[in-house]
Amino acid sequence: MMRVGRINFGGVFKEASLAYVPEAKVGDYVIVHVGFALSRVDEDEAQKVFEYLKQMDELGEIQGKEK
Amino acid sequence: MKYLDEYRDAELAQKLAREIHRVTTRPWVIMEICGGQTHAIVKFGIDELLPKDITLVHGPGCPVCVTPLEVIDKAIEIAARPGVILTSFGDMLRVPGSETDLLSMKARGSDVRIVYSPLDALKVAEENPTREVVFFGVGFETTAPATAMAVFQASQKGLRNFSMLISHVLVPPAIEALMSSPDCRVQGFLAAGHVCAVVGYEEYLPLAKTYRIPIVVTGFEPLDILQGILMTILQLEEGRTEVENQYARAVRREGNQPAQELVRKVFKIVHRKWRGIGEIARSGLGLANAYAAFDAEKKFGLSNHSVEEPKECLSGLVLQGLKKPPGCPAFAKKCTPEHPLGATMVSSEGACAAYYRYRRREEKELAGAR
Amino acid sequence: MKPLDFNVTCPIPISQYPNVLMAHGGGGKLMHQLLETVFAKAFSNPILDSRHDSAQFNVPSNKLAMTTDSYVVQPLFFPGGDIGSMAIHGTVNDLAMSGARPLYLSCAFIIEEGLPMETLWRVVCSMRDAANKCGVQIVTGDTKVVDKGKGDGLFINTTGIGVIETLLEITPKQVCQDDAVIVSGDLGRHGMAIMAEREGLAFESTIESDSAPVHEVVLDLLKGGIEIHCLRDLTRGGLASALNEIAEVAGVKIAVEEKTIPVREDVHAACEMLGLDPLHVANEGRFVAFVAARDSENALRIMRSHSVSGNAAVIGKVAEKSSPLVTLKSAIGAARILDMPSGEQLPRIC
Repeated sequence: MMRVGRINFGGVFKEASLAYVPEAKVGDYVIVHVGFALSRVDEDEAQKVFEYLKQMDELGEIQGKEK
Repeated sequence: MKYLDEYRDAELAQKLAREIHRVTTRPWVIMEICGGQTHAIVKFGIDELLPKDITLVHGPGCPVCVTPLEVIDKAIEIAARPGVILTSFGDMLRVPGSETDLLSMKARGSDVRIVYSPLDALKVAEENPTREVVFFGVGFETTAPATAMAVFQASQKGLRNFSMLISHVLVPPAIEALMSSPDCRVQGFLAAGHVCAVVGYEEYLPLAKTYRIPIVVTGFEPLDILQGILMTILQLEEGRTEVENQYARAVRREGNQPAQELVRKVFKIVHRKWRGIGEIARSGLGLANAYAAFDAEKKFGLSNHSVEEPKECLSGLVLQGLKKPPGCPAFAKKCTPEHPLGATMVSSEGACAAYYRYRRREEKELAGAR
Repeated sequence: MKPLDFNVTCPIPISQYPNVLMAHGGGGKLMHQLLETVFAKAFSNPILDSRHDSAQFNVPSNKLAMTTDSYVVQPLFFPGGDIGSMAIHGTVNDLAMSGARPLYLSCAFIIEEGLPMETLWRVVCSMRDAANKCGVQIVTGDTKVVDKGKGDGLFINTTGIGVIETLLEITPKQVCQDDAVIVSGDLGRHGMAIMAEREGLAFESTIESDSAPVHEVVLDLLKGGIEIHCLRDLTRGGLASALNEIAEVAGVKIAVEEKTIPVREDVHAACEMLGLDPLHVANEGRFVAFVAARDSENALRIMRSHSVSGNAAVIGKVAEKSSPLVTLKSAIGAARILDMPSGEQLPRIC
């Protein structure tokens, strides 16, 4: 319950409680709010925004060609 | 910064904006709930990238803004008691109460301290055993786990000089109150990403169904917000009314279980008054009976009294998305961040403050033209 | 300057009084001793050594620049500087903003009773070193001691005099359409260095204040024939304040682009964490220059050849003569107003 992590915010280090993310390990990215890590960032999901955009690109190309 | 900068990419933002333009065939009104999202929208100029048919209204997602006048007055009353140390998030210090604000109290000699986390407040209590330390606990479901932990630890440590003035609020009841209002023109919602990181999004399913509106859980960076808007518009155009998760990298359907557990243990659901909106049933959190010893209202014997808002402040209408800040006669004239009439001008996430900082002059001209 | 080895290089001359006393400001023996052994010894120069109520000197030209500043920073020592070096650099820079070569400074000290003599000596030595590096002399001063609890340790006030050798008039009214807006380096370091000390933030490599003199760059720009219209150093209120002030006086619309404004990654991260805007954060060794459009490339080249302005960048231009406005093209391409910061910056928490 009292586990604390040293969080790297792009070069700034501050401690945050890991009480709510017991599965977090060194190297993970977390969402921190008022001194508490609340959620682990899922790397695969994070990529999906960019994959979606890439797909849009490909769709756009096809549509362009059909016109 | 990883997971931050790439979500601010100009080219990708423009791409999303173009796609939004492509799929929008009709006017739609979308509300974003979270103050952090409002801030990002105005700061990055996201609404400028959208087609004119899309109207973004800013919802009551700023906990500082919706904290009732009476509660601010209570905090001030506590700060005025000799020997008390009042700890608070920085945002609350400049919010006007009926007569003054916490910052002025501090200037007049009250011991008011800004803390970054409720655990810091706990530390202050431990370091000052002969003084009463009170933490002003304001926030949505995102902040409740933090205050819950502070109370829980205080209880474990048997601290007698620590208590909290709680004003936590919940999002779903606010959505219901908004949707049930006859003036409501909102057709889709961007739900607050970090609130959902904690509580998940199960609670939104019945709302989407009952009120037949799409709800998209959305993050805070420009690409997140644009994608959330796109997903909402696609639903509206296709006639769907589902709950979708744009912020999947941080939000799971069931949310954060350990956090929810502790919040359920330490708090109970209560009726809460929202500044500018009025009382919404079962829309807030108060301390559970087992933790009553940490309730500052009981400890300091604070009475409940009703207070009137200054008549000119239209923050209630702004919070409900019924008015845009530049549409308020006092905006940027009588009401500025230096002398605010209401909380929406003071809080860094308040709609009025966001407009004042980034949009003031252009909007004044547009508002005049409407 | 690392404080640890201080005693080895600069032994304190007054050892029998570990703390400053009220009597040190009283005008009598103790004050005389303080002046002689601390201030006069450190700042020694022929003008100061004449020990008169006022300093007397000739100046090479009859167009002068004069400035005054007070320094009340807390903490007194911070990564990258201290109240003393800041006082010297700040004064020198204000003079440089008129295109002047800084010559003489006055320094008045308001000391809180109980300040460790060691602290005072460290500040004085720091000022001596900064003044020597800048080629200025401290020629007159004043000392007062106030009761404990009435002074926050140490306050310093300075006045600076410099000589203007250029025929250019460097003031906001000279700013005109199409002028290039150039910032002399990355922003936000000083303010964040102070905030980090106060908030107990640890950084991978400490953020150091950017406190430094910029007069040599300015003089070089003038030597290089750059048509400078206006200069402004970026102190409290940051870039946003400076641009708004100039827009107001000059009656112009200034348009800058967020992507081109240099901000270091760790400063950016610290600002994100505390909810601050790097464009509103204080700097101490940075200035913004408005130069004629055709000179902007050369100006940049000259600035980049100095280490203090090594990452100078063109960040925008003066769009037109109009009602005062500063606009910023955001990172994602939309425009917004860049406003003056209001009041004191409170860290955003929620």
